[in-house]
Amino acid sequence: MRYLLMALLCLMPMFAHAGEAQDIADDPVIEKRMMQLAEKVRCLVCQSEPVSNSHSDWSKDVRQIMREKMKAGATDQEIMDLLVERFGKSVLFDPPVDKETMPLWLAPFVLLLLGSAVLIYQLRKRKSRIADEPSISAEDAQRAADLLK
Amino acid sequence: MIRFILPFVIFVILSVFLYKGLGRDTREVPSPLVNKAAPAFVLPKLSEPDQKFSPADMKGKVWLLNVWASWCGACKDEHPILMELSKQNIVHIIGLDYKDKREDGEATLQRAGDPYTLTISDVDGKVGFDYGVYGVPETYVIDKQGVIRYKLIGAVNPENLTQTILPLVKELQAK
Repeated sequence: MRYLLMALLCLMPMFAHAGEAQDIADDPVIEKRMMQLAEKVRCLVCQSEPVSNSHSDWSKDVRQIMREKMKAGATDQEIMDLLVERFGKSVLFDPPVDKETMPLWLAPFVLLLLGSAVLIYQLRKRKSRIADEPSISAEDAQRAADLLK
Repeated sequence: MIRFILPFVIFVILSVFLYKGLGRDTREVPSPLVNKAAPAFVLPKLSEPDQKFSPADMKGKVWLLNVWASWCGACKDEHPILMELSKQNIVHIIGLDYKDKREDGEATLQRAGDPYTLTISDVDGKVGFDYGVYGVPETYVIDKQGVIRYKLIGAVNPENLTQTILPLVKELQAK
């Protein structure tokens, strides 16, 4: 009896994965492709979370629309273009390099250049300062050598 | 001297940027639909489902498209302001009941009052998607040629109404 009960308990997890299932499309190929694409889309209502693993209603809608478009034969690029057209470039996790985002892409390099320029300037200044410093006389050098003996 | 002034200047510049960042709402993303033609659609009216509405019906008029729903909390905040606005008869307000059960939407309007010239029902949210809706309420200002001129994400309040929406509406009406 005890073993039977244990065996039944072991079977319990098999019934536990109810709910949450409606989201899975009937076509696993499309589902996989959709999830891969959805990973690149930012959930606008939660942010910092991709549409692929967000539980928000908005993300569910986007996934559904992606599925429908894929079934209708749209390419990944067409779907991304549609999303950008509706919600702007901020839906993309990987923003494209274009006129609008150029400053963001270039800023680190500009800062690096500025930093190196300042560094080089300061090093040169230091070098010339050291060169300008009067060297010690022979007498002083002899005294120092004596002291160090 | 410069070694004291320079850090101070950098500090001031940084503070300005950080202060501006504090006031920014990261939820608000600029809509790419502004200055584009309002996406076309045909949807049934909320109260008379057999009657249809399309943005083309509003050609020649400046109008507001207000996206709301009975389940939306912030919509209750903006509702009295919309009621007040509709009494002034300045601009047509078309309501879009977004992802809502028809009877829930109707009940809300009966209980709280109806500020809309007419309300259309977008049960599955397809039209909302075309308009880039991702948070309700949202309000669009659409001009006489059917071009979206402004999109407000979040509730209408006296401030954004008198400072942004109404001046824009008047400017567009004068054109």
